[in-house]
Amino acid sequence: MQVTITINGEQVTRDVEPRTLLVHFVREDAGLRGTHWGCDTSNCGACTLWVDGQAVKSCTVLAAQADGHEVTTVEALETADGLDPVQQGFIECHGLQCGFCTPGMMMTARWLLDHNPNPSEEEIREAISGQICRCTGYKNIVEAIQWAAEHPKTSEVNA
Amino acid sequence: MQTPAPTDYVRATSVANAIALLEEHGEESRLLAGGHSLLPMMKLRVARPEMLIDINELDELRGIKIEGDEIVIGAMVTHREVLESPVLAEHYAIFREAEKVIADPLVRNRGTVGGSMCQADPSEDLSAVGSALKGTVVIENSSGRRTVELRDFHEGPYTTKVEAAEILVEVRFPIRPGAGSAYEKVERRVGDWPVCSAGAYVVVSGGVVSDCGIGLTAVGAEHFCAPDAEAFLIGKEPTEENLRAAAQLASDASDPSPDQRGPADYKKHLANELTYRALVRAAAASQGA
Repeated sequence: MQVTITINGEQVTRDVEPRTLLVHFVREDAGLRGTHWGCDTSNCGACTLWVDGQAVKSCTVLAAQADGHEVTTVEALETADGLDPVQQGFIECHGLQCGFCTPGMMMTARWLLDHNPNPSEEEIREAISGQICRCTGYKNIVEAIQWAAEHPKTSEVNA
Repeated sequence: MQTPAPTDYVRATSVANAIALLEEHGEESRLLAGGHSLLPMMKLRVARPEMLIDINELDELRGIKIEGDEIVIGAMVTHREVLESPVLAEHYAIFREAEKVIADPLVRNRGTVGGSMCQADPSEDLSAVGSALKGTVVIENSSGRRTVELRDFHEGPYTTKVEAAEILVEVRFPIRPGAGSAYEKVERRVGDWPVCSAGAYVVVSGGVVSDCGIGLTAVGAEHFCAPDAEAFLIGKEPTEENLRAAAQLASDASDPSPDQRGPADYKKHLANELTYRALVRAAAASQGA
């Protein structure tokens, strides 16, 4: 079947099998390898991206379900203004070790901060509770998200 | 790599269209709601539907609203919408308390009420909430709609009264003025299925329990409820002694299986203790404490 998914603002049209998972469509068909493919069982959250602005685990969504919808991946975090504060926070606070969980963590972090700009530590830990860092560096990930909350995007400051 | 077996996919344009598609494609077709139970089962090849009928675009199945003296939750309402619903929070704290410990925020963004009810996992938290509150489901087929009580909805694990060419369209809960409610869960780690969960609503009026409901999950209680414990409490003061006795009856209604989440006697202990804690908080909330 043919699907057209708007990924990071660009329409991507491909013929896919209906069973194709969105994570594989994004990585293999659209060639965006920032989204990681991890546990395959909706547990680890490495594949987290947004569908219509909602953070979801893309290993548990069919590409067919995203047909006609908007997908946002980690590649969209950096803009002409530079790195997203979430990305900068992960740098400042050493929020990544091996880096495998990082794209998913950052997409959830940005989703959280867009809905709740000043989350408590508990709210941050709750937000990333569906994601697994096998280096177990959660403390620094939480601090990275706190750093991002304290350094809003330039566009948000101006607004 | 886990990949579903080959399947076909079609998007339903209305509930009537979804039913027509189910009739057209027969037993090997399945409705695809949030997909967070069905797709993992397809990846494990436990489920191999030949046709997926996607109902995600059906706005008629969305929304939480009040109709008369009932709360109506559309089948495609997500767990997150239940968690954040001011209407549900106003009438029943049990929804928010249960949803906070169902899966994780990302799964809750996608998973649906109707999907959870129809999946009918024997450890489903929402099933315990639904049975505690004595809710009903509305099921539609090509000849019309029928209502089934949630305490008569489950035929067994993963099996419900929803037939092949039918669709669960909404879940309804009676509003009970003065009711307090609460949910208690023990899980091995955040986001996991429960070792045991218990939920309850209690209406205390004139110093005695005039109405109550108790739900249990993951411990083999028939229809996720404990009617003997409820009957015991009616007309009694919500004292520690009475609530303890009711909790024991709830535990007696459970029939847990030992597994990697714990031995049967531990789960029966949890059914007792968690029911007690839920009853204490529900009764206190009913009395405005």
